[in-house]
Amino acid sequence: MAPRIVIIDYHKGNLLSVARSLSDVGAEVEITDDPGKIAAAEALVLPGVGSFEDAMGFLGESGEGAALVDALTRKVPFLGICLGEHLIMEGGDEAGSGWCEGLGVVEGTVRRLDDSTLKVPHVGWDQLELTDVGRSCPLFAGVADGAHVYFTHSYALSDDVDPGVVAARTDYTRAFPSAIWDGGTLFAVQFHPEKSSTVGLRILENFVRLVQGGGA
Amino acid sequence: MLTKRVIPCMDVTNGRVVKGINFVDLRDAGDPVELAKVYDREGADEVIFLDITATSDDRATTIDLASRAAAELRIPYTVGGGFRDIAGARTMIASGADKISMCSAALRDPELITLASRAFGSQAVIVAIDAKRVGDGDKWEAYVAGGRIPTGVDAIAWAEEAARRGAGEILLTSMDRDGTQDGFDIPLTRTVARAVPIPVIASGGVGKLEHFAEGIIDGEADAVLAASVFHFGTFSIRQVKEYMAREGIPVRLDF
Repeated sequence: MAPRIVIIDYHKGNLLSVARSLSDVGAEVEITDDPGKIAAAEALVLPGVGSFEDAMGFLGESGEGAALVDALTRKVPFLGICLGEHLIMEGGDEAGSGWCEGLGVVEGTVRRLDDSTLKVPHVGWDQLELTDVGRSCPLFAGVADGAHVYFTHSYALSDDVDPGVVAARTDYTRAFPSAIWDGGTLFAVQFHPEKSSTVGLRILENFVRLVQGGGA
Repeated sequence: MLTKRVIPCMDVTNGRVVKGINFVDLRDAGDPVELAKVYDREGADEVIFLDITATSDDRATTIDLASRAAAELRIPYTVGGGFRDIAGARTMIASGADKISMCSAALRDPELITLASRAFGSQAVIVAIDAKRVGDGDKWEAYVAGGRIPTGVDAIAWAEEAARRGAGEILLTSMDRDGTQDGFDIPLTRTVARAVPIPVIASGGVGKLEHFAEGIIDGEADAVLAASVFHFGTFSIRQVKEYMAREGIPVRLDF
């Protein structure tokens, strides 16, 4: 039976390409903003682009955030994408309003990339440098060190993230963590696998297989 | 390392690709999304759909195109042409477009660039400039309405203003070179690339493999765009990227 994956919708963008990519690699996909469905999910994907603060506001008011944190406590398989990666951290910088609290599932913070030497936002195809953690991470099975994936962001995880959960780094203005893995079923990536052609599909397929088989 | 990009562009009118297509294996060669899927498989880094008529009847077709592209493509894509206001741009982004491209609308009302970059982020806003050389010096004028109407606006100054207002990229087309296959207008491309702190996409004039590398190395562009040479199958995208890689340009070849 196809694994069922719930995509958390917090009304900040088009989720069609994430949904279609996941169904292309064998998942049955449901997009929802219902905390009840998030609580009952077999696996969760938190996508997103946009403002950290707006997203936290919506997740808080809708009850989606609490349902997600509860699911993560129960070790429900999870993939965070871009802003979805940032939101599970303790908090981050936010333009104009200073500090904003995150969901606090993973220790560490999100900081703006420094635009004094290179152009920010960081947009385009850049490389994944897999760490030792990344080389044993089931999400990157069959993905080469140095593989190109698509990025579009101005903020990234900071150096205060435990190196023990950093699966990949990408060097742009600084060698920021571009993928994290808690050693179990929690994964989060800075890039957009749904916009990263065959490499991205491979990563999503690995996630779907993991949900299906309970391991790599 | 952040790679230089190769971007096929599709001119679309009433939902159909305008320039001739030479792909025999396509079910529907005139369908822009079908064509874009081929380019996606061949290693295009992104694709651009330009609605070149953009009548009001045409808009619904273009919105439909944007949502089909979101479902079918696994690379980022831009929809350009025919925006009149921020609401039109918002509809396109909500339909799944990663970026929108504005040309005439932005020149008519530069505030649109500011509004769009605030609403969607700079990374989603491309300002397209159709530039034509004036006299013998290095001076170019911006044109609108698909290159039919001169505006008297200096193309370099306009690129600078667009960047100041929050554009994330400049799509720079040389009207002197477009369709000639003589190569990009290198002085134009380099002048704009040096004038703005944002990526420049070189467009207009590609006929040979060397031209792609020239656009990046001599023109200092961040991306190169072409239409006919891809549509007619003169070069495959992989062929272009392999050539660029041999010239020492960082490109994505793992697809």
